[in-house]
Formats: sequence, structure tokens, C-alpha cells
Amino acid sequence: MATEATGGGLEFHPMDQFIVKPLFGAGEVHWYTPTNVTLWLALTALAAIALLVLGTRGRAIVPNRAQSMAEMAYGLVYKMIEDISGKDGLRYFPYVLTLFMFVVFANLLGLLPMAFTVTSHIAVTGVLAMAVFLGVTAIGFIKNGTHFLDLFWVRSAPLAVRPILAVIEVISYFVRPLSLSIRLAGNMIAGHAVIKVFAGFAAIAAVAPVAIIAVVGMYAFEVLVAFVQAYVFTILTCVYLKDALHPSH
Amino acid sequence: MFSLLQEAAHTAVETTEGVVVHDEAAHGADAATHGVDAAGHAAEAAGLPQLDIATFGNQIFWLVVTLVVLYLVLSRIALPRIASVLSDRQGAVTGDLMAAEEFKQKAKEAEAAYDKALADARSEAQAIVAQNRAEIQAELDAAIAKADAEISARTAESEARIREIRASADESAREVARDVTAQLVASFGGNADDAAVSAAVEDRMKGAVQ
Amino acid sequence: MEGNIGELGQYIGVGLTAFGMGMAALGVGNVAGNFLAGALRNPSAAAGQTATLFIGMAFAEALGIFSFLVALLLMFAV
Repeated sequence: MATEATGGGLEFHPMDQFIVKPLFGAGEVHWYTPTNVTLWLALTALAAIALLVLGTRGRAIVPNRAQSMAEMAYGLVYKMIEDISGKDGLRYFPYVLTLFMFVVFANLLGLLPMAFTVTSHIAVTGVLAMAVFLGVTAIGFIKNGTHFLDLFWVRSAPLAVRPILAVIEVISYFVRPLSLSIRLAGNMIAGHAVIKVFAGFAAIAAVAPVAIIAVVGMYAFEVLVAFVQAYVFTILTCVYLKDALHPSH
Repeated sequence: MFSLLQEAAHTAVETTEGVVVHDEAAHGADAATHGVDAAGHAAEAAGLPQLDIATFGNQIFWLVVTLVVLYLVLSRIALPRIASVLSDRQGAVTGDLMAAEEFKQKAKEAEAAYDKALADARSEAQAIVAQNRAEIQAELDAAIAKADAEISARTAESEARIREIRASADESAREVARDVTAQLVASFGGNADDAAVSAAVEDRMKGAVQ
Repeated sequence: MEGNIGELGQYIGVGLTAFGMGMAALGVGNVAGNFLAGALRNPSAAAGQTATLFIGMAFAEALGIFSFLVALLLMFAV
């Protein structure tokens, strides 16, 4: 057990960074208690708002740094939806951009030392994924009615294999929110835990240099992963949206 | 964290011990260690903070609040602003491109006008040169004609003079010849008839002079 | 080092799940390698397919993350 491996100056608590605790004093965590989750969620929202609202305050034709970053984020998500979901997917652009900005800032802020990574919690990513899943399913049924079920009935396949394919399609459809949430949370948990384990090894003088170099390398990799996971989350949202808008294969 | 775990472990120990003691009183000491093991296990179960159901409500509540706030701020303020900035820029770029196209057209027109002016000037210059040349030619022709006329006049005058001189010389020669003939005839004792002498002289002179 | 047989099995199982993560690494490498091979053959078509690349990598990686999840559940929740 990692948490019990005490002795010889080695103490690993790689999972302690994920503990939810109240901000003020100790005690039980009620649903309304301001916790470290609340703090870092608020910081995430503030960072996203700072970039997208304060950064574009100048409304300059020739943008400054913050404004061009905001425009880059806007353009990235806009082009993603346009390319993958099609023109009619652009109606849902504000929500997809909200998801992207939230995930990317939660991931990046979680990498700050002493920070709490909200996207490492299954509860958080599960809500994000379920919101996408339920929203996309609702959009599919509202836009296409029962034709949405064509998604599971592959007409291009021979009639004999269609039921089997339908079962596979249904399973893969319902695994979507699970894989969406666990991919994000798993990446965050794994990366942070690995950094913590390497940092724990730094207590041994003999391997400390190696451990510190490994921490630096993992940190750089995690910055990449933080961005790529936000990108993947958004791009999969767009793919699901495309399925909802155009269910026939 | 650790204190929380230990608390959990304590409660687990108590419950497990109670159960164990009731079930297997004989292995009291053994059961106690077992109970501690199980307690450690219970602590581990609570060990992964992600699986602590007790905090889910809190996280979900605050997440939903954050997402709603972020969505409202982005969709009401940020996105319209960025979209307007982008479309403004697009408009400015298109306008500038069109203006550049217009200027290019103007430059082309100016170049054509310049070329035309240059060609006009050149043709005008050529016309002036041709005119001058014609004038000079005319003057030259007139001068040559005048000179020719003068030369011919002089020539005619000179010829007239020569003819006069020649005529006078002829006459003189004739007179001399007549005189000489008259003298000769007289000296030979003849009676020189003037008319006969002059006829003879005229007769001999014909074709001699000239 | 004393302990019970259940814990032994638990740790062995956790270790075995590491194979799953290695297999996911193979899968992700396969996706990236094939993308690179295709991109070098037809570089003009590569730019439009980066989204597909990331989707493929995400699917391949998700299954590795599932094995990590199994490891975590074995360690902490069983």
C-alpha cells in the first residue's frame, strides 16, 4: 500500500492531493460547504473569464497577446465544430466553448504546485460527460425524432449482421459518458500521482537528481496532456454532436 | 488526511472487533490483529478520494454553479464581443483589399495616361521636326533657284558682252580688211570701187571669222 | 512481511493491470506511427486528419485508462 510505505524517510501520499476538504476549519463536507473544490472551480471560471472577457476588452483590430490567445481559443473550437459537426452544430458553440475553456483551465491550473485538480474527480468529469451525453441524446431525438435510432441500425451492412451491430452500437453508445469521464479523470489522476511518486523519491539523496529531472520531464508532459485531454474532450463532444445531428452513417 | 484515515480505522476496528469477539471468542488475540487488518482495509477503501461518495454532492453542486456562471458570461459577453471583433477585422481586411485593388486600377490608368502623353509628345515633336525640315528645304530651294537665276542672268550678260565684243571685233576686222583692200587696190593702180571692195571682203570674210 | 492471501492476490492483480497500460501504449504508438507513415506519403492530406488522429489516440488511450481504473479499484475499493 503506497500510503503505508513509511520508513527510511520515504513517505508516499500520492493520492492525498485529491482529498476534498472544507476551506474554513474542519468538519463534515455538506453539499453547500465551500471546499477546495469550490475554490479551484471558481479560479478556473475566473481564469477563463479573464482570458475571454478581460483579454478582449480592447476590441482591437490588431490584437494584443491576451486578445489573440482568446481569439485563438475561439477559432480552434469554432473550426472544430464547423469541420466535425457541420454548420448546424454552430448553434451549440457557446456550450462547447464553455466545456473546452473549463476543462483546459481546470487541467492547467491543477498543475500549479499545491493546487487541487478538479478534473481529477470522477464526480466532476462524470457530470461534464453526462451533460454532454444527455444533451446530445436529447438533441438527437428532438432534431430527428425516431430517425435518431438509425444510428444503431446500420443500413449499409448486410441484414444478417445488423442486429449484432445494433447491440455493439448500443453498448458503445452507452459507454460514451463513461469513457469520456474516466479518460479525463484517469489522465489527471495518473499524471499527478506519478509526479508525486517521483517527488517522493527525491527524499533519497542518491536518486534525488534523477527524481527531480523526472519530475520536470513529467511536468512538461503533463502540460501537454492537460491541453490534449481538453482538446480530445471537446473533439469527442463534437463527434457525438455530429451523430445527433446527422444520425445516418 | 492521515488523521481522517485513522479515525475511520478506529471506528472500523471497533465494529470489526465487536463482531469478531461475538463470533470467535476463542481466538481473541488473533481476531484483534485480524480486525486491525480489516480496519486498514477499510481505511484504504476510503483511501481513494475520488471514490468518496460523501463529497460528490458538494462537488456536483459547485461544478454546476461554476458551469452555469461560465456559460452565461461566455455566451452573453465574451462570444458576441469576439465575434464582432473578428467580423470587424474581416471587414477591414476586405475593405483594405478592395481599396488596394482600386489603387492598383488607378495606377494602371495613370500609367496608360502617361504612356499616351508620351506618345503624343513624341508624334508632335516628329511633326515639328518634319515641318521645320520642310521649311528649311523650301528656303533652300528658293535660295538655290535665286542663285540659279542670278547665275543664268550673269551668264547671259557675259554671253551678250562676248557677242558684242566679237561683233565689234568682226566689224573692226572688216574695216581693216576693207581699208587694206582699198589701199592695195589703189597701190596697184586700180580704182577701188567701195562697193566692190566691201562685197569682196564680205565674201572672203564669210566663214573666216566665227 | 506478513499478510493474508487476499492482499497478495490484490497486489498481483494490480501489477497485472500494468500490462493493460502497456498494451494501450502499443495501441497509441500504432495510431501515431500509421498516421506518420500516411502523412509522409501524402503530406497535403495530413493537415485535415489531425482531428481523426486525436480521436483515434483518445480511443486507444481510453482502454489503457480503464486498466488504470481497474488498478485503482483493486487497490482502494475492493
